[in-house]
Amino acid sequence: MYTFRLATADLIALPSGALRWPAQNLLVVSDLHFGKSERLARRGGALLPPFENRETLARLEADLNATAARRVVCLGDSFDDLAAAEAMDEADQLWLTTLMAGRDWIWIEGNHDAGPVSIGGSHRAELTVGALAFRHIASAKTPEISGHYHPKARIAGQTRRCFLIDAARVILPAYGTYTGGLHAHDPALTALMAPQALAVLIGKTTLPMPMPR
Amino acid sequence: MTLPPALDQWLTAQGWALHPHQRDMLARAGAASTLLIAPTGGGKTLAGFLPSLAELADGRHKGLHTLYISPLKALTADIRRNLRRPVEGAALPIRIEDRTGDTTYTQRRRQRADPPHILLTTPESLALLLSYEDAPRIFAGLQRVIVDEIHALAESKRGDQLMLQLARLESLSPGLRRVGLSATVEDPAGLAAFLGANTQVLQADPGPDPDIQVLITQTPPPWSGGGGRYAIGDILAQVSAHKTTLIFHNTRAQAEIFFHHLWLANSDDLPIGIHHGSLSREQRERVEQAMADGRLRAIVCTGSLDLGLDWGDVDLVIQVGAPKNVKRLVQRIGRANHRYNAPSKALLVPANRFEVVECQAALEAVKARDLDGEPRGPGPLDVLCQHILATACAAPFDADALYAEVTNAGPYASLPRAAFDACLDFTATGGYALRAYDKWQRLMQRDGKWSLRDPRTATVIRQNLGTIIDSETLKVRLKGRMGGTPLGEIEEAFASTLTPGDTFLIGGQVVRYEGLNEMTVQVSRQPGRDPKVAVFSGTKFATSTQLSARILSLLQQPDWPNLPAHTAQWLTLQREVSQLPQPGRLLVESFPYEGREHLCLYGFAGRNAMQTLGLLVTKRMEDQGLAPLGFVATDYATLIWGLTPVTDPASLLDRSTLRADLESWLAGNAVMKRSFRATAIIAGLIERTHQGRRKSGRQATFSSDILYDTLRKYDPDHLMLQITRAEAMRGLVDFSRLEDLLTRIGNRIDHIHLDRPSPLAAPLFLEPGKVPVHGLGREKLAEAAAAQLMRDAGLI
Repeated sequence: MYTFRLATADLIALPSGALRWPAQNLLVVSDLHFGKSERLARRGGALLPPFENRETLARLEADLNATAARRVVCLGDSFDDLAAAEAMDEADQLWLTTLMAGRDWIWIEGNHDAGPVSIGGSHRAELTVGALAFRHIASAKTPEISGHYHPKARIAGQTRRCFLIDAARVILPAYGTYTGGLHAHDPALTALMAPQALAVLIGKTTLPMPMPR
Repeated sequence: MTLPPALDQWLTAQGWALHPHQRDMLARAGAASTLLIAPTGGGKTLAGFLPSLAELADGRHKGLHTLYISPLKALTADIRRNLRRPVEGAALPIRIEDRTGDTTYTQRRRQRADPPHILLTTPESLALLLSYEDAPRIFAGLQRVIVDEIHALAESKRGDQLMLQLARLESLSPGLRRVGLSATVEDPAGLAAFLGANTQVLQADPGPDPDIQVLITQTPPPWSGGGGRYAIGDILAQVSAHKTTLIFHNTRAQAEIFFHHLWLANSDDLPIGIHHGSLSREQRERVEQAMADGRLRAIVCTGSLDLGLDWGDVDLVIQVGAPKNVKRLVQRIGRANHRYNAPSKALLVPANRFEVVECQAALEAVKARDLDGEPRGPGPLDVLCQHILATACAAPFDADALYAEVTNAGPYASLPRAAFDACLDFTATGGYALRAYDKWQRLMQRDGKWSLRDPRTATVIRQNLGTIIDSETLKVRLKGRMGGTPLGEIEEAFASTLTPGDTFLIGGQVVRYEGLNEMTVQVSRQPGRDPKVAVFSGTKFATSTQLSARILSLLQQPDWPNLPAHTAQWLTLQREVSQLPQPGRLLVESFPYEGREHLCLYGFAGRNAMQTLGLLVTKRMEDQGLAPLGFVATDYATLIWGLTPVTDPASLLDRSTLRADLESWLAGNAVMKRSFRATAIIAGLIERTHQGRRKSGRQATFSSDILYDTLRKYDPDHLMLQITRAEAMRGLVDFSRLEDLLTRIGNRIDHIHLDRPSPLAAPLFLEPGKVPVHGLGREKLAEAAAAQLMRDAGLI
């Protein structure tokens, strides 16, 4: 795990791609993309292995057990679309409901899932906790925590998902199983992040390095 | 059947007489299925067409009569031109057209509405035609199908797909006659069974022995490396002494490097071109045209010129690098002297000392007419899945009828019903054990017949037809106005390693990488500078079992009077310093080099099996805490490097647990993922195009890896994984050849400790295609690299 400070908050980037704020007993994940395979099938495309929900849930459960977070913020694109949220497999829904039980659970709206879903929890366009703003897409209003871009970076011949971190903002990697990524050196990301920004690669461990440009 | 008088007169007027096998083909015009084996230049294509011309001469047949299928687009256009000469010369009322990916939309539509008498096409274009609703009307009157270069198609899944299509055509037009045309075949009976049950083989006179030698050069070949740069002076002298020379290379990268240096040495300004699959179509067509016009003295080329175009003036073929496979060598030699009954002239240029041995062995095999080849496996199921989807695009189908039809295709003749049902289930429901797409099945059963749930998906399925999986490439263009001149394509993986200012070779010129714009690599010209690298890996063939055995037995000679002195000395040195590999034993060398511990295993099992050996041995090394970092495999050896020396190689090669290891290793290795990706694309699990937009290669790779991992975890017996495993066992993994090796050597392992690389091991250090081992060793290195970057940036 990689510990750092944003504004006055002490935060921890976990090797799973979740972000922890111990002082607030809070866990942040982004871009879960539940229901991706079901959405593609509905549109008549390929029938992908329909197991990504349980794979994502299994990792989320492990993080929740390890951190005992009382509050969970999902930074948007939690569902691949609103219909996918409604069509979620009964067993998966039950599992998600179990994870939500007893926790303050906040769904931030993303571009894939604009609008409330019937799954419970509270639904917000944005959220502010202490000095930090939580939203789906990075904005000029910092300090903020966001997702959306699915950043990834290369080191020693390997490509890994990563956090992007500078003094004003954090961009989370995609947490969902069926998600691709955008290279950190893409202009969309280099324009957002300060020259001193770090890429914190995830995987078995977290690996901080200067953000590739 | 006899020739129509008009054609007979025209042929006589040209001074042409039919070859015996051409007459034989006419005589057997009524046979259900015929395989004609004739040498290059023997007029076998005309032999295939003669019965069609005879049957069409009276102008009574309406609609499509003959379908000609070739593996190359370029070949269809060439054949159309060649065929039109006698047809127009004899004023026969026959319409001949070709149809490929390059045919215009308007023309393709018109062909569907009003098909020509003779249609020349490729397996991919035929797949598309058969997927249309009006396929039964288009093919209703079809009489004959001619499959050209059938041995080449039979080497890949394109052949399996084509045979399924022929079975389909047979249903649409019962009584259809088949003809297969082939040059070099090691197993005529096997190829005949592939074409169809009851195929008769017609063997033409094979012609005189080729005149083939190893090129004696002034400079001896280097100790290591590839590409044959050392021989450029001697090769130029040969080019000067001949009319037209084809210079074959095994990989595109080597062709590029060679071409670059050839031009630097070409003081006589001989017109020489380059041709390979990574060049843009415009560039390839320019070279082909120049060649056809006789304006070129030589072409540096790769497998892209293995087949096809009839360039009568080629009088010398030079093979640079070991040929790997005797059959392919014979094929390439056949490109010289496209005249029947004239010996072909060829020179072999070994790229390094080891290849001198390999070339000598290949030369002896050619003289002995000892062709090689692995037997074909049963028809792959991913191709069947695609065929089922394509069939559904054309019309609803009955499962029993389709099964019966599929088993009429040679490669699927012994397909069990259960396997067919599994494929049907996969295409319809995804075939998942743990969860079903109840609402969103792709195929639905309605009134007993299977059809697309959503007819609009036919578009996507059609876009994904075909079994050729491109490596992920990006277009390269010169930066400039109008989007810039296209130069060719490079592999995406290579492009991702470039930073602006890097130079590389493409199309024989050095270019400077400027940047990536959308999906295009922009470059500028950078004359007179040494390139950083050449780019493409191209296809790497494994040396055949037969050729490997010949090489090993050659190494056993007490001395080598048939080899050049330098190579004989090198082998002698290996014998003194270490020992030479022997049949039935495994030579293993250990030595330190450049701060890493090395282990070299001389298995002679072919590149793919040696690669698998590398993967399995490094896995065991990882388990034993020996921190391997990577390995590289060639046809004869695997070189492994790591942080800790190996003291007991036998423990790494224990065969009893090998299968189990293979299974667990399948869990996460790159070779399997690549294999899975190809299978998933062919079977329709991943789309190569969607709504006309090509997915970026990087994203496709990424998601297919994740799909592979997910399936492994949640549905390990899924059809896609079964296919991937079966494929890998005989293809990329080539486990059967590895098991043969380990059975052969038993416990006869000779472990030799050295203080430096041995003469035989040295070449391996320059081999491309090093495979990293993602284990403890690499994790340590990644940590060190990240920490170094942080320190350099002053962040810690």
